[in-house]
Amino acid sequence: MMLENYVFYLFALVTIVSAFIVVFSKNIVHSAVALFFTLFSVSGFYVLLRADFIALTQILVYIGGILVLIIFGIMLTNKVTGAELKTRNLHFIPSVVVTGIITGMIIFLLLSTDWNPVKDPFSPNSTIKQIGFKLLGDYLLPFEIASVILLVALIGSAMYARKK
Amino acid sequence: MELIFKLSILILLLPLLSFVILIFFGKRIPRKGDWLANFLLFLNLALSFVVLALFLGEKKPLSFEFNWFTIGSFNISAGILIDSVSAIMLVVVNIVSSFVHLFSVKYMENDAKYSIYFAYLGLFTFSMLGIVLTNTILLMYVFWELVGLSSYLLIGFWYENKPPQEAAKKAFIVNRIGDVGFLTGIMILFFTLQTFNFSEIFNGVASGQLSGAWLTAAGILLFCGAVGKSAQFPLHVWLPDAMEGPTPVSALIHAATMVAAGVYMVSRIFIMLSADALTVIAYVGAVTAFISASIALTQNDIKRVLAYSTISQLGYMIMALGVGAMSYAMFHLVTHAFFKACLFLAAGSVIIGLHHVQDIREMGGLKKKMPLTYWTFLIATLALSGIPFTSGFLSKDSILSATMAFYHINGGVHIIIPVIAFLVAGMTAFYMFRLVIKTFLGEPRNTHAYEHCKESPVVMTLPLIVLSVLSFFAFYSLNPLDASGGWILSVMKTPESLLKGTQGLFSHIIEKIEYDEIVHHFHYTAMIISLIMAGTGILIAYLFYYWKKVNVGALVSRFKPVYNFLYNKWYFDELYGFAVVGLTLAVSRISKWFDNNIIDGIVNGSAYLTKKISGISGSFDKYFIDGLVNFCGFFVGAFGFIFKKFQTGKIQTYLTFLIIGIILLYLIFRTF
Amino acid sequence: MFTDVGLNHYLVVSGILFGLGLFALISRKNAILILMGIELILNACNINLIAFARYKANPIDGQVMAIFVIILAVCEAAIALAIIINIYKNFSTVDVDEVNTLRE
Repeated sequence: MMLENYVFYLFALVTIVSAFIVVFSKNIVHSAVALFFTLFSVSGFYVLLRADFIALTQILVYIGGILVLIIFGIMLTNKVTGAELKTRNLHFIPSVVVTGIITGMIIFLLLSTDWNPVKDPFSPNSTIKQIGFKLLGDYLLPFEIASVILLVALIGSAMYARKK
Repeated sequence: MELIFKLSILILLLPLLSFVILIFFGKRIPRKGDWLANFLLFLNLALSFVVLALFLGEKKPLSFEFNWFTIGSFNISAGILIDSVSAIMLVVVNIVSSFVHLFSVKYMENDAKYSIYFAYLGLFTFSMLGIVLTNTILLMYVFWELVGLSSYLLIGFWYENKPPQEAAKKAFIVNRIGDVGFLTGIMILFFTLQTFNFSEIFNGVASGQLSGAWLTAAGILLFCGAVGKSAQFPLHVWLPDAMEGPTPVSALIHAATMVAAGVYMVSRIFIMLSADALTVIAYVGAVTAFISASIALTQNDIKRVLAYSTISQLGYMIMALGVGAMSYAMFHLVTHAFFKACLFLAAGSVIIGLHHVQDIREMGGLKKKMPLTYWTFLIATLALSGIPFTSGFLSKDSILSATMAFYHINGGVHIIIPVIAFLVAGMTAFYMFRLVIKTFLGEPRNTHAYEHCKESPVVMTLPLIVLSVLSFFAFYSLNPLDASGGWILSVMKTPESLLKGTQGLFSHIIEKIEYDEIVHHFHYTAMIISLIMAGTGILIAYLFYYWKKVNVGALVSRFKPVYNFLYNKWYFDELYGFAVVGLTLAVSRISKWFDNNIIDGIVNGSAYLTKKISGISGSFDKYFIDGLVNFCGFFVGAFGFIFKKFQTGKIQTYLTFLIIGIILLYLIFRTF
Repeated sequence: MFTDVGLNHYLVVSGILFGLGLFALISRKNAILILMGIELILNACNINLIAFARYKANPIDGQVMAIFVIILAVCEAAIALAIIINIYKNFSTVDVDEVNTLRE
């Protein structure tokens, strides 16, 4: 159990520090690289939470898909000179204050509520089979709708981004 | 599900199919898809005859419904109700609509938006059929608004020009005013009876859950919707302007779809209307009939005369509903649909023949050039004037006898209603024959247009012939003088009012059977007086315009103020322009002043105050405790920064405020 | 100090992640960074879903929900980037303050 704790704190540290870099970095490429670490360590959490399939999906989809897309977006929308890569902030101080308050509030609420968690949670070997049954059973309709949404997003983004 | 419901749903959906296909693929189909729209509509016509036949076999109201959706514990149902009125309306709507489709093939040919035009016609027909078929007032409202939308699209069909744009907007907005009343009425019904279903509403009213002033209010508010759609006083102003649309559309709007919707809706709720509401309805109808007939006397645009005559005839129908003769009102709606569609389509044929001349002062002598158009127009005119052996005579005569019965039962000042009704009958005959004489008889006044004029092709004349044939009495009653024995009135009977005691229509004085006898008693009196009135009207028209025994110009200049008053449509548009538009402008001017001076003053004042405070803080900062006040100044500065940017138009700023709002809500509502 | 890792730990991490994402959302001007902020928020949400799923009764339902969230994130990222590229073509910038044709 101790090892798991250390791993958790490691991941938590990486997540939060890299997320800070994502948000506060002046250089957008640095942000993108830091986002990689954030997403990766979040998938680490999933592993710790015994959600192996989600962890893999996270790596495949977020890092393999979304992050690459974002980097493509950065490359396509910035002139690759140092000055242009810098991004500015909008009213920095009020944003910090507001976000700080709301974050504190959320964390306070999360901690002060008694969630009454299960003391010794069951740890399955693999969740893939069960997720598969759920997706094609109880959640069949949302699953189908999600596939339609993906198709629509595919067509829509292609249409938006193409040359007129 | 029984066959009749399957067919009804098919009837409802075929025009929608026509709309969907034509709006998306219209331009790619050969001939831009007009054959498809026509085929679907004539198929619909055939199906609606089948439904009518099936209904006549059953002879009792049939309804079918299913659960549409559920909100909380309310089940909202949707369904179909087929009774005598809706079965007959189905046939009428489909006959007129299909022949308008046929007529449009030639009339709209070479129009750039040919396929879209047919798509809109399909949508219009679909929405009207929806109103006819539905069994809940909620769905009726939905289709009601669809009718409003499609009429907007069709009236403004030539939106490249300014007048159709304006007319479409006017029709839409004026209709909205009536619809506010309709919606409020629906809300009253829903909040008191918790249902939208007609039969359940009627049960609730019959058991007294809704009564007294609320019932009257609900009835009058629902009638407001009909005032808008059926162009009743004081919301009649949109209809003459709607003439800016293509002529076949005018025929459709005036005969079977839009304006009929109002009358149809009132007849649906007829049995729950209280005596007070009915009296209001009767007077609105009578006033409308009189005002618009008087305006029609002086107009020179062929379509406008017909438009005002439509309003006048709708006033007749509404008046008939108000005096308690629902079946006569619906009967007049049916007969009027055919001859008015015929008149409009004939007018369209004249307009095409003269290459878009609409002013009757430019016409004359067209009888020789367009014999078919002339004869069909004449037959429809005779029907509209109420000459024996026509359908119009039967229905109009029934309404007139009902108004006399109304006076006989209620007495007193209610004599106004029959007097107006007979006056309007005379005026109708006069202006319609003025139209016929000026258009088709006499010498051509515009020889250039006359030379190039020729009879319209068969796709245009065929609808005219069919519709004018339908203006003969034989289709409605075998007795040319009395319709009460005919099949249509024996199928479509005025139902008994649900209300007991003094609220109801007849019950405070007499029973329904007795009422029918009184109406019948006045039948021949009404017939004779109306014939005299119509004959006088026609005679005066001939004296004025054909034999020219009376100098019309001199008469007009002698009564110049009256003529101008009528010619300018009682100055309704100007009145509304002044009262409604002017008032709105005044209110917005006041709001603008308020905005400029008070709101901005507050904002500027607070900004000024903030500036002052930060200035004071600044001097504090200079002379007193530096560190603490530094923070104060900074805080005030930051606050002012946010405050100044309150309306930046930046979504991120708004998001920030949203989060601040969440924080404040939390602080207010936290429980510990 | 280091207690056994439980539900609350995950919740705190997800709360911080959410706050950072929100900060990016409301303060950054670069449209792509705003998009990254949204991704952070979605990740925070996913951590919550899975943590609750594990420490409450049924682990699988929460994970299925997380899958749907990921699906939506993908769609959103694809379309948002398409829109951003389109904006860049028209305005030669992805600064959300500069893109204000509608406002003025």
